[in-house]
Amino acid sequence: MTNNNPHTIDTIVIGAGHAGLAVSYCLTGRSIDHLVFERGEVANSWRNERWDSLKLLTPNWQSRLPGYSYRGENPDGYMDVKEVIGFIENYALHSKAPVQTSTTVTSLKKTSRGYQVVTNRGTWNCRSVVIASGACNLPSIPRAAETLPDNVQQVTSREYRNPEQLKQGGVIIVGASSTGLQLAEEIHRSGRPVTIAVGEHVRLPRIYRGRDIQWWMDAAGILDEGQSDIDDINRVRRLPSPQLIGSRKHPILDLNVMGDLGIQLVGRLMAVNNGVVQFSGSLKNVCALADLKMNRLLKVIDEWAVQNPQTSEYAPIERFEPTRVDETPCLGLNLADNDIKTIIWATGYRPDYSWLDVPVLDRKGMIRHQGGVADSPGMYVVGLPFLRHRKSSFLHGAEDDARFICEHLDSFLNGTTRKSENGFY
Amino acid sequence: MSEVINTSNNGVNVDALLGAREAFTQTPEAAQFKWRTSCTWINGTHSRSSVEGYFGLGAEQSHRKEFIFDSDHPEIFASEDNGVTPNEFILVALASCLTAGIATIAEHRGIQLNSVKATLEAGMDLQGVLGVDADVRNGFDGIKVHFDIDADASSEDIAALVAQSQKRSAAFDIVTNPTNVAVSVN
Repeated sequence: MTNNNPHTIDTIVIGAGHAGLAVSYCLTGRSIDHLVFERGEVANSWRNERWDSLKLLTPNWQSRLPGYSYRGENPDGYMDVKEVIGFIENYALHSKAPVQTSTTVTSLKKTSRGYQVVTNRGTWNCRSVVIASGACNLPSIPRAAETLPDNVQQVTSREYRNPEQLKQGGVIIVGASSTGLQLAEEIHRSGRPVTIAVGEHVRLPRIYRGRDIQWWMDAAGILDEGQSDIDDINRVRRLPSPQLIGSRKHPILDLNVMGDLGIQLVGRLMAVNNGVVQFSGSLKNVCALADLKMNRLLKVIDEWAVQNPQTSEYAPIERFEPTRVDETPCLGLNLADNDIKTIIWATGYRPDYSWLDVPVLDRKGMIRHQGGVADSPGMYVVGLPFLRHRKSSFLHGAEDDARFICEHLDSFLNGTTRKSENGFY
Repeated sequence: MSEVINTSNNGVNVDALLGAREAFTQTPEAAQFKWRTSCTWINGTHSRSSVEGYFGLGAEQSHRKEFIFDSDHPEIFASEDNGVTPNEFILVALASCLTAGIATIAEHRGIQLNSVKATLEAGMDLQGVLGVDADVRNGFDGIKVHFDIDADASSEDIAALVAQSQKRSAAFDIVTNPTNVAVSVN
């Protein structure tokens, strides 16, 4: 129902994904009057923008949101898309979140008394706003895409659902993060020859010394690392998702597994010239970088394990075979000669802030914020990678972030927030 | 870890570099550089290049003095060997860039370098440039670089220095990735 007279409320949360709902839960706990605007249904991205066989990279025991946790029979398993949707949907119901669905925010502006939120179902004035629309609204596609011939099908990881939507013939998957490798494996199994263009990536074993890597990252405090523990916050916020799969059956998903399957590994896709896709000659080094980084993490884990023995012993220390790279990896593929029919862009995402009419964006189009407190009084952002901690990227990381943001927001509404040294509120 | 206690002295002013990074974040225009050379044909395959001026930090700059580089082909090419071949300059460029990078990163990480030596070799099938075989490229079929490094650090740390140097090397990028070259005349 469209209402032309603006309504007023203390807080509006934009986005009913897990982060927006976590914030809503905390706001309700503080009796802060608010609404959550969701352009689709709750868990919209999971319903409409993920592929069929996707599973979470984090085990079920790690699935928790404020006041809510996984209570199923398989704590060491990994949720599939339906289960994630169910989890988030049930959370919204259980926490009685005031969600208004089918409500698309078309503009957020600053006003003298706070903010004005214009939606397709009416305009609202509010004193504070939490942006929970996520980091993954739009696929990031390199400019080289524009020079691809029209007869090559281009599919982004957001549109991809399963191999059947692809033409028969060769496929180049651009990007070797968790999405790229998962898609490579299933598309290869569908009988299509696969090439993966590998840029910088994060290699991690699923199971290490008998335990899930997430168990180690959690127990050893790595997921709790915050901005002050990190050298370069911008770099960690842009890290690709680690090469993991939500599976205990075939737990290892790395470039050696890809190579053993007969998938061709090439360097980062750099350009398309005269029907030839050109790859970087740096493949060997990006693989070396990933191996070194993995080994550094495993060393940290081993050192922690020595200091923190468990009642059930850890399995012995292990190291993994270095990534095997051809002596002379292919530097270019002629699309026609190699019957390449499809390019899949598994090159990551960026947020869509086209509706954000407040000058809070930096020169890269990202919201300027300090741990979720945006550079505009009463504005907050959640659900971004490493927002406050390494765990911010994961489902269970939403809780601490939501609690901090809502505490700050509460003080703001009470007029008790002080402007901090760096100018952020 | 966010703090590196500097226990090394490799001669690199890392503070200046970190300062430059900060400055460029504030003023990206200052980071726009232009490198230049001018080359004069002498005779046969012998030419002489001069490098002196460049542009950066928003203004024209100049090296301490003019640097001159002769380039030529070797005698077995029926030439006069007045200087190294262009291909060898490229190997020098790559070696220098990676080596400078190793020194810089080592300094930043507090690693004392004792010696660093790079040996490079690039294969080339001359049937490419001579137009004998159209399936053979003009340039290198690959470049192998080997570093011998003596440093006060573990072998993993040394390997990480070399990997990071490639990651942040201009010459490595120029050589491994496509670069547009526009040539005009008169």
